[in-house]
Amino acid sequence: MISGIIGRKVGMTQIFAEDGTVTPVTVIKAGPCVVVQTKSATGADGYNAVQLGLVEDKPVRLKNVSKPLQGHFEKTGAGVPPTRVLKEIRLTGEPEASVGDQVKADIFVDGDKIEIVGRSKGKGFAGTIKRHNFARGPESHGSMNVRAPGSIGQSAYPSRVIKGTRSSGHMGDERVTVKGLTVAKVDAENNLIMIRGAVPGANGSVVIVKKS
Amino acid sequence: MNRLDGVEKTQLKENIPAFQPGDSLKVHVRIKEGNKERLQVFEGVCIARKHGGARETITVRKVSFGVGVERIFPLHATIVDHIDVVRRGKVRRAKLYYLRDLRGKAARIKEKDTRNKAQAAK
Repeated sequence: MISGIIGRKVGMTQIFAEDGTVTPVTVIKAGPCVVVQTKSATGADGYNAVQLGLVEDKPVRLKNVSKPLQGHFEKTGAGVPPTRVLKEIRLTGEPEASVGDQVKADIFVDGDKIEIVGRSKGKGFAGTIKRHNFARGPESHGSMNVRAPGSIGQSAYPSRVIKGTRSSGHMGDERVTVKGLTVAKVDAENNLIMIRGAVPGANGSVVIVKKS
Repeated sequence: MNRLDGVEKTQLKENIPAFQPGDSLKVHVRIKEGNKERLQVFEGVCIARKHGGARETITVRKVSFGVGVERIFPLHATIVDHIDVVRRGKVRRAKLYYLRDLRGKAARIKEKDTRNKAQAAK
């Protein structure tokens, strides 16, 4: 059983339940995905996994697929058309699926506990207050360190900045995993999964939904 | 927000009358007391309508015992049973937040003259 699927974040909305509660949900267009390659612990790869390709409404044009990747898809032998996104899902046991199999949103049911891997929104070069939740300095009485990081080390000893000291720099645009999310609703017909709460990344970005 | 339209269409309510900010409304709210359910009416002037598909909200303001009370209702939520339009108001703004600073006579809204429209419809 494949326990994960690739999707794209659509956006956030609300679901109104019959008992009056309102649930904030993130809509994810998950799949359909196609198995492009299987990896087995007993084989050359040394671990159990399946490689999934995200089948999109608008398929990628062949001229935009690099030749090595075209070769990779030809090797499937199952006539799997090239996809833009390829991701691997690790499995606990030997992969039962074979190349060309489809994975759809119906592998999830309402109430499932899941985790999501996405790429967070880029924040650019961010200061320490935004990036590491540092406290701000006083704003008045001649203060000149409103958003400055403060002391980053001592003078005589060690007379250098300790490695790993939290500092300003690039923030966001990195792989983020959020665990403990719940599936609020699955619309298998339209390949949609609605997840309670927020999901990392911008609308339209690729996410992996995995069972936890 | 086209990409969410398909999802939100299933959430939309159909019994919402046409109304605009400035109109006086009676919002019938479902209230649960123990395991009994009853309807409570909140009557006031709609001072804002924030659109957004299924996430549309309205702000209704009334003055209760001299104290201004505003409630924000998610228009398509299940707690809103139905809405009655009591009076059409004539206003020139989409958001009537200025009413918060007015009291008494100044906070009145002129009634919209709908006679010609009704005749034209006939």
